[in-house]
Amino acid sequence: MIRHLLSGADLDADTATEILDTAAEMATVAGREIKKLPALRGRTVVNLFYEDSTRTRISFEAAAKRLSADVINFSAKGSSVTKGESLKDTALTLQAMGADAVVVRHPASGAPHRLANWVDGSVVNAGDGTHEHPTQALLDAYTMRARLGRLAGLSVAVVGDVLHSRVARSNVLLLSTLGAKVTLVGPPTLIPVDIAAALAPGTDVSYDLDSVLPNVDVVMMLRVQRERMSDSYFPSAREYARRYGLDGPRMRRLPEHAIVMHPGPMNRGMEITPEVADSPRSTIVEQVTNGVSVRMAVLYLLLGGNNR
Amino acid sequence: MTAYLITSVSVVGAAPTDLLIRDGVVAEVGPDLSAPDATVIDGTGLVALPGLVDLHTHLREPGREDAETVESGSRAAALGGYTAVCAMANTSPVADTAGVVEQVWRLGREAGLVDVQPIGAVTVGLAGERLAELGAMADSAARVRIFSDDGHCVADPKLMRRALEYVKAFDGIIAQHAEEPRLTEGAQMHEGEVSTRLGLIGWPAVAEEAIIARDVLLAEHVGSRLHVCHVSTAGSVEVLRQAKARGVRVTAEVTPHHLLLTDEVVSGRGALASPALADNWSPAGAYDPVFKVNPPLRTATDVAALRTALADGVVDVIATDHAPHAVEDKECEWAYARPGMLGLETALSIALDVLGPEWDLIAERMSRTPARIAGLTGHGVDPAPGVPANLTLIDPAARRTIEPAELASRSRNTPYARMTLPGRIVATFLRGEPTVLDGKAVK
Amino acid sequence: MAYPPAARSSPPRQPSVKVILASADVQRVVDRIAHQILEKTQGAADTVLLGIPTRGAPLARRLASRISAFEDIAVPVGVLDITLYRDDLRRHATRAIGPTELPSGGIDGKRVVLVDDVLFSGRTVRAALDALNDVGRPASVQLAVLVDRGHRELPIRADYVGKNIPTSLAESVKVTLAETDGADEVKLYGGTP
Repeated sequence: MIRHLLSGADLDADTATEILDTAAEMATVAGREIKKLPALRGRTVVNLFYEDSTRTRISFEAAAKRLSADVINFSAKGSSVTKGESLKDTALTLQAMGADAVVVRHPASGAPHRLANWVDGSVVNAGDGTHEHPTQALLDAYTMRARLGRLAGLSVAVVGDVLHSRVARSNVLLLSTLGAKVTLVGPPTLIPVDIAAALAPGTDVSYDLDSVLPNVDVVMMLRVQRERMSDSYFPSAREYARRYGLDGPRMRRLPEHAIVMHPGPMNRGMEITPEVADSPRSTIVEQVTNGVSVRMAVLYLLLGGNNR
Repeated sequence: MTAYLITSVSVVGAAPTDLLIRDGVVAEVGPDLSAPDATVIDGTGLVALPGLVDLHTHLREPGREDAETVESGSRAAALGGYTAVCAMANTSPVADTAGVVEQVWRLGREAGLVDVQPIGAVTVGLAGERLAELGAMADSAARVRIFSDDGHCVADPKLMRRALEYVKAFDGIIAQHAEEPRLTEGAQMHEGEVSTRLGLIGWPAVAEEAIIARDVLLAEHVGSRLHVCHVSTAGSVEVLRQAKARGVRVTAEVTPHHLLLTDEVVSGRGALASPALADNWSPAGAYDPVFKVNPPLRTATDVAALRTALADGVVDVIATDHAPHAVEDKECEWAYARPGMLGLETALSIALDVLGPEWDLIAERMSRTPARIAGLTGHGVDPAPGVPANLTLIDPAARRTIEPAELASRSRNTPYARMTLPGRIVATFLRGEPTVLDGKAVK
Repeated sequence: MAYPPAARSSPPRQPSVKVILASADVQRVVDRIAHQILEKTQGAADTVLLGIPTRGAPLARRLASRISAFEDIAVPVGVLDITLYRDDLRRHATRAIGPTELPSGGIDGKRVVLVDDVLFSGRTVRAALDALNDVGRPASVQLAVLVDRGHRELPIRADYVGKNIPTSLAESVKVTLAETDGADEVKLYGGTP
């Protein structure tokens, strides 16, 4: 069993499948009157968040609490500029408090890797800079498998600001490991260099959303921040939406069975229209629900036994 | 003044001979010398080189004496075989006035371990807006000849042109940190496969190449000397090759780390561009900021091109870009870490690994040429009767394992921690006085 | 030339193996438990059988099918995975969890018969009672086991026992079933011959 979950690349196909299978069992707890399991009683999980992300934090919090772990929320927002306590000193503090796991969200890519050098407990990457967000990829894979029955052989389009997306990187790694085919779609300015060589050799890149849509089982829309405009990644929100936004007519180009995903929070009218977001194809609400189950599975598999 | 008789030493790779140092100069060179009053050093198996000269050193004083001082940096330099170092201007306050450069120069003299030649800032406060008083620094006791905003690029083409022209009056040279700032906003590492995988903002090779291309054209246009700091890409090598072929007065340096390390080390894996050193390479994991440096570590293709360029002379000099940083500036998140790595105490070992025991080439790239570029008379001259005794003795057969805590630098940010490197500096002499004996600093 | 193996100081002791129940015995014992359940539950009214993985699950299904063969009534059967309720999770590498499958009618107000292969320390049953508590509120809970080997560490007693096997702590009892292992058998390993 792995000790930390820092990257989608930490998971081989067997481990990833075990997490998804475990998540499926954890999901049954959500349907019970008593949504609680004793597996992590006496364990301490610290949510160390250097960025505001209420949805991710409460998802991890719910997951840890359903497994009966003690949860400490440590909101360490404050940039390096204001020079609060250093990450290393914070790590030593958490270590002294006996944290069995640290769930970390950080604006700097690689911060969870650094943290893992300084604590004995498990580190779970809950999103680091523009690097990765592996539990998001796991919940996305879980949602695809639940809706479409399989992952191997699926064709998945990931659309939007791939360059700045930690969701995209983790999804490319995990989906490729599990046998799905990923096509990254976006303006050339928002597709990072050498992406296939960097992450997974079978990954395709397209700049033309319309040509991709008829051949995919899943289309995953990424959040595109309007601020990117000022840095000349694209000329205007309107032009972006026209070329890469998913609206009703585009959605109707998808195969009958295809689903539409979004990691949230959405920019309605930018990358996705309300008609699409609220359509039966949309899995956006399920993704949130599945997030708790998947994070329960991750925490259980990291902390449930003696894995030292 | 003590005399030293070094017996059976190979001067720049030649057949063993004896070398007598007396009164600050090399008194005699020849077989079977006798000097009853001299301290004898057995030079068997050792190689004598003209003392190394570093065109690119950060001594951090004034301002960051916690990371390095002129004295501690000088000691590190002497232990690395150096007899002269050029101290970069990005101190606090910036070395942009005659007062600051004279202070650094005086601190160097007081330390007395190497000649510390201050480099002056090109622009006031390194801000890239208006010229610093270059002439005043040239006329000062420090006699500044090299000017650089290192750490920052003189990006404004008009300002760069004026700087190149202006320093002709006192035979100055502009050493450019070639980095187009708009193309490297927020950049964290080389833009490529690894930056994509690690989600770090890329520092594209073209940001360096575009500035070098512009600057060689400017230097050609105004007929001035240009020196390019820490060249790091294959494309830069091509630009330099063409410029030199056209007769542009441009020189260039490469750092030891750009000759050995690639961007893959940032991911915590990846091989070194050296079969001999690959075996004892054990990185501490991904995102270790000890490998954060500016310009960033590049690809294996770039490393190969730089090695070729160094061998054929398109790149003239190995310069360390010795950049000490306090622990807290490296034991942190990658993005918040300061760029730079130590180099003075390991440069010769890396050169030996990269170039092999090509002593004449090593002397050319690490002593004679940098001394000529910096205008340091008395340095970069092969040991011969009558020349100032600035020289270093190397044991090429020795191996040493780098322990950061044992380095003379005040900082610990060496990328070669716990690696076993070839070669060891046995002794260094500055104007006939030993600064290093038996591999240990004399003071 | 390879070096010859070092001579052993004493011949290795073969662990003793004793068959306690052969295939036909297992079937007879299951039949008897099925009869006893019918007796004690007034014809298995409002009764649910929950097997504890791994081998309790097929045993529960067998009991249900024997009950329906004897009395022509369908007893709901389910599986109760107790992994997450174990008190020794931290002594081992993380254990994979199995499915919990409750019968569609649920267990609230029902008489639940927990089914397992071997009753030993009682800790598994303790975990099962905790798990049961989280998935519903049965009217009563009973316990059926194929083998009771003694050495209880908790105040737990089975309502239905296929066979009592007095053992020493040095011994181990191994149950195999056709569904999970290919053949029905109960064996006693180790201990003094």
